[in-house]
Amino acid sequence: MTAITEPGTANVVRSIEVISSLFTRSLRAIKRLPSAFVPSLIMPIFLTVSFSGAYSAITRIPTFPTTNALAWFVPQAALQGAAFGGMGIAFGALRDLDTGFFDRLLMSPAPRRALLLGPLASGTIRAVVPVVLVVIVGLLGGMTVPGGITAILALLIAAIGIALTAGLFGLGLAYRLRSMAAGALMQFAIFVSLFLSEAQMPARLIEGWLKPIAEHNPSTHIQRLARAGFLGDVTWSVIWPAAISIAALLLVGFAFARRGLQRIIR
Amino acid sequence: MSTTVEVAAATEHHGGWLAQLLALARRSFVGRLRQPALLAPPFVFPLFFAALGSASFSRATSLPGFPEVDSFLDFAFAGAVLQGVMFGSVQGAADLALDIEQGFYDRLIASPVSRASIVLGRLGGAAGIGVLQVLVFAAILVPFGVQIKSGPFGFLVLVLAGALVSTAFGSLLMSMAIRTGSSEAVQGSFPLVFISLFLSSAFFPRQTMSGWFKRVADINPISHLVEGLRGLVIEEFSWRWAAQATLVPIGLAILGIAAALSANRKRAAA
Repeated sequence: MTAITEPGTANVVRSIEVISSLFTRSLRAIKRLPSAFVPSLIMPIFLTVSFSGAYSAITRIPTFPTTNALAWFVPQAALQGAAFGGMGIAFGALRDLDTGFFDRLLMSPAPRRALLLGPLASGTIRAVVPVVLVVIVGLLGGMTVPGGITAILALLIAAIGIALTAGLFGLGLAYRLRSMAAGALMQFAIFVSLFLSEAQMPARLIEGWLKPIAEHNPSTHIQRLARAGFLGDVTWSVIWPAAISIAALLLVGFAFARRGLQRIIR
Repeated sequence: MSTTVEVAAATEHHGGWLAQLLALARRSFVGRLRQPALLAPPFVFPLFFAALGSASFSRATSLPGFPEVDSFLDFAFAGAVLQGVMFGSVQGAADLALDIEQGFYDRLIASPVSRASIVLGRLGGAAGIGVLQVLVFAAILVPFGVQIKSGPFGFLVLVLAGALVSTAFGSLLMSMAIRTGSSEAVQGSFPLVFISLFLSSAFFPRQTMSGWFKRVADINPISHLVEGLRGLVIEEFSWRWAAQATLVPIGLAILGIAAALSANRKRAAA
């Protein structure tokens, strides 16, 4: 019994060690290569300023959920920043594939799953930083937060969910394409999937072809969770569809990334 | 290499800078079309945003201060054209920087090619892409309901404006390309282009804006340019809109070409 348990425990310990090392390495990459991370901080601030400035009048449309444009656009911009922060994991993987570091990792006795989970864990930090920054900018600009601390927590959960999803799909693409072309494809896919939703307008006020897409896009539910506390209260009716959407996206994303990794291993 | 030979042949046979300019413009135009991956920002993104905006903001057209339009797509057309042409200008300038990085520029300088035609040839290619963009956007969006209210003459002015805007922003960015000689630096100007576009009335009317954002949009020349283009789409033909859509880019082009030629002289002399 002991003979069976010990290698199992050792394997878990080794996995945790590798995850921890790769997590730290991924975070160090932020410091060593800021040019790859800074856009995920600047872009949401720019989106906040430009969208809330240019489109501020949409809050005057009857039945629009708020009169404060920042309360509408800040959570959306924060999710964009988190998504691009999450994609940073995939860019890191592309660099590792390019430089041969990834091959060295594969030759080591590191558990394969840890190669995926290590960088992914850093996605949480990569998501939180832009969210905090954009919320500060929003508050300085006069954003209202009726949901208080619950609003921020809901936004953080939504942002981490989006960042990890973006990271997983990005890793899946990076492992398959193994070239920087995957980067452009990732950015385009994330950008489109986030905008084909109620990113700019509540689904009930959207007309035409976009309406059915926005209503069925899982990111719409995640955006509703992110915005809930900025428009009113975070209620159960917003939480559960978002939780299901995040769980489903993470499951599909994990399977996609894992299969990509297995291809490389084979 | 074949283009260097082509330009040299143009010099030999016709002897004039115009032949060189045309050969370089053709190279620039065809070279852009040969890179399908780079066609996404100037062609796909503006069309995507126009389609997205027309579905998202269709109810905004009834807001007080919003210009009278049949649909948001009518309003969005001018912004899409401008966005596409400006994004295309970044690519054009980045191509010139790439010529410098890869040594093609040095080969041209070493050949008996007129210095000015190196810049003006590139601008000719950029202007051609600008014209193509207006035609493509109209061909795609008119079947979806966009009406060019100013008629065929107004449309011709729009096409001309496409060429002028491309020349204007192309020349400004090419001066940067020649100075830095780095395609990465030119690509790095993309956020700047994006910001200047957003801090204008390209995507929403100035009449509905307020506060500091409106003040910035008021003084941003891009606002006046896009409103000229938009006037030609959503209103009957008027010389006021025609002048606004052409004179603003002509002014910017004069500044840009002067800066690009000056940078070119300095680099060629270095």
